[in-house]
Amino acid sequence: MSAEKAKPRVAFFDFASCEGCQLQIVNLEEVLLDVVGAVDIVEFREAMKESSNDYDIAFVEGCITRESDETRLKEIRKNAKVLVALGACAHTGCVHPLKNLKPLEEVKRIVYGDKGDLFETYPVRPLSAVVTVDCVVPGCPIDRTEFVEVFKALLAGKKPPIPAYPVCVECRLKENECVYTLGMTCLGPVTRAGCGARCPSNRSSCEACRGFVDNPRMNAQKEILAEHNLTVDDILRQFTMYCSYLEAQK
Amino acid sequence: MSPATKKIELHHVTRVEGHGNIYVDIENGAVKRCQWAVVEAPRFFEAMAIGRKWDELNFLTSRICGICSIGHQLASLKATESAMAVKPSEQTVLLRKLLLLGENLQSHILHVGYLVLPDLAGVGSVIPLTKSNPAAVGVVVRLHRLANELCDIVGGRTTHPVRAVVNGFTMLPRPRELVDLRKRLEASIDDLQALVNVLKSVAGNLPAFERDTEYVALVSNSEYALYDGLVGSTDAKPVAVEDYLKVTNEYIVPQSTAKYAKYHRASYAVGALARYKLNHAKLSDPARKVASELGLTPDARSPFMNNIAQVVETVDSVVEAMNIIDLLLMGGLKEEPSALKVKAGRGVAAVEVPRGILFHDYTYDENGICVMANCIIPTNQNHANIQLDMEKLVDEIKEEPREAIELKLEMLVRSYDPCISCSTHMVKVRWL
Repeated sequence: MSAEKAKPRVAFFDFASCEGCQLQIVNLEEVLLDVVGAVDIVEFREAMKESSNDYDIAFVEGCITRESDETRLKEIRKNAKVLVALGACAHTGCVHPLKNLKPLEEVKRIVYGDKGDLFETYPVRPLSAVVTVDCVVPGCPIDRTEFVEVFKALLAGKKPPIPAYPVCVECRLKENECVYTLGMTCLGPVTRAGCGARCPSNRSSCEACRGFVDNPRMNAQKEILAEHNLTVDDILRQFTMYCSYLEAQK
Repeated sequence: MSPATKKIELHHVTRVEGHGNIYVDIENGAVKRCQWAVVEAPRFFEAMAIGRKWDELNFLTSRICGICSIGHQLASLKATESAMAVKPSEQTVLLRKLLLLGENLQSHILHVGYLVLPDLAGVGSVIPLTKSNPAAVGVVVRLHRLANELCDIVGGRTTHPVRAVVNGFTMLPRPRELVDLRKRLEASIDDLQALVNVLKSVAGNLPAFERDTEYVALVSNSEYALYDGLVGSTDAKPVAVEDYLKVTNEYIVPQSTAKYAKYHRASYAVGALARYKLNHAKLSDPARKVASELGLTPDARSPFMNNIAQVVETVDSVVEAMNIIDLLLMGGLKEEPSALKVKAGRGVAAVEVPRGILFHDYTYDENGICVMANCIIPTNQNHANIQLDMEKLVDEIKEEPREAIELKLEMLVRSYDPCISCSTHMVKVRWL
């Protein structure tokens, strides 16, 4: 019984999101079964019926879009010893704060017409704007391998290994052809690594879904984009796809 | 409280994607209230899309749903191509069809294996099944991984793929990857049969319930329609995709952050069962064999049979994926330019995603900036039908113990495989 009790209790929660990050955890397949063996998963609504208020680690997916979300998030914060922001929505809001770029009344009218007031909503915020977040698993969606590394570190009581260097480092290690030479633009030079340079490795540009490195050289990056004939609007658009909340905080 | 009086309030129904609630109030044997309510936080994607550029919309709308991100991307790409009057190459279309089959497999196996099987086996999640029936879980895990790898190979990522772009792909799978994938698909047939056998042994636990309704799905003369077709219905002749608003007739109800839809009746159903009913004649022989093994017939009237239709489609998707790989390898994959001339215009597209027909509709200005967007998601089209099923079901089972009613209502909702965060999220039942 005491050995049973010693297993860390882990819970998963979600707010406004596509739930794709929890899906990546299900997608771990066999590895997930090992993870399940090392802990007690006490709540994971997307995959199981049971629920509980007694947990040590809370993984929270999604962003905060209404007052009633705040109450639930604060309750989770109170119950959890460690609160982890799972994925870009929880970390930066991901694409959702694009909503904040327009007046709220207009946003409601576009989707619900004259019935907009039936629905509770306010400007989108990431978790850290409401509660203290202990650790982040970045990305849209999260990288499964990175999640397992963070998970192991948390169980061992260590600092989760999230890289401090940019995506370009991983891209170079993979010997990818730089997407700039293919005529595209890319935010790899300022974006935090850890995804294995997923998009440039598939000849797509990095759009900073993982957020920026600690001291990004933004002016240099914007100059590079301008040299590649991007207009001010285009540059803004590239920086706001996944990072509009971060940009608005400057 | 007398046994004839029961209040149920299930908040945040589990093992579904998104947040929904079920409210039931039975007083002295009479049903006073029965409500399916979507409480997912609305996310306003259409408003986010306005002001974004033509080559960003597939990546943006992909984020509507983690489970059907591929389907959203394909509907988005097709709508943009229609607006720009661009016709993608045959190779691009084949690769997209393969990607869509991968998503269908991925999603159906996840739903039937991880989310529905626990109900049929009488447990709360797949975790106890790893001990009580490890062989069945092994089959589900292997099939699910294979489906995910298919999507990785073609799309560059399982969820929110990165290679599919307007008028092409940024990168192609290598022929060796496709050859290997085909071998593994062929080898998965044994696993599929094992999954069918597991379901056959527990399918009797699906509640006995039927209700007449209208079914809507894409239809095509040439194939079991998923990627393209006309909008078919069990109640009427097919109509063009551009006329989708005549089909969906969305309306807003206060109990739900998701919109509802109706066509010829008070509600209609979309999804695997709708597709099967309208297109069963186009299924491959192995899929038809499985349908007859599992007792699925074109006159099925039970929403619970959607689970079985998903299994039938799983088999069909494996067969069809192998056929497409053969065509791609025969033709030889070649790099193709995807550049296009941006123009102003409106484009409407429909794709069958795992949960049913999905519509995207965009208008662009002359710079390719989106000025109008509308996305109608399958689960939204099912909400009214779920509500009406629930009313009939509750009335039929109101004498049963509370726990039995709860379980059946949850199973009903799950059988639609609702994607509530898509439709905005889903529900749960609680007894007061």
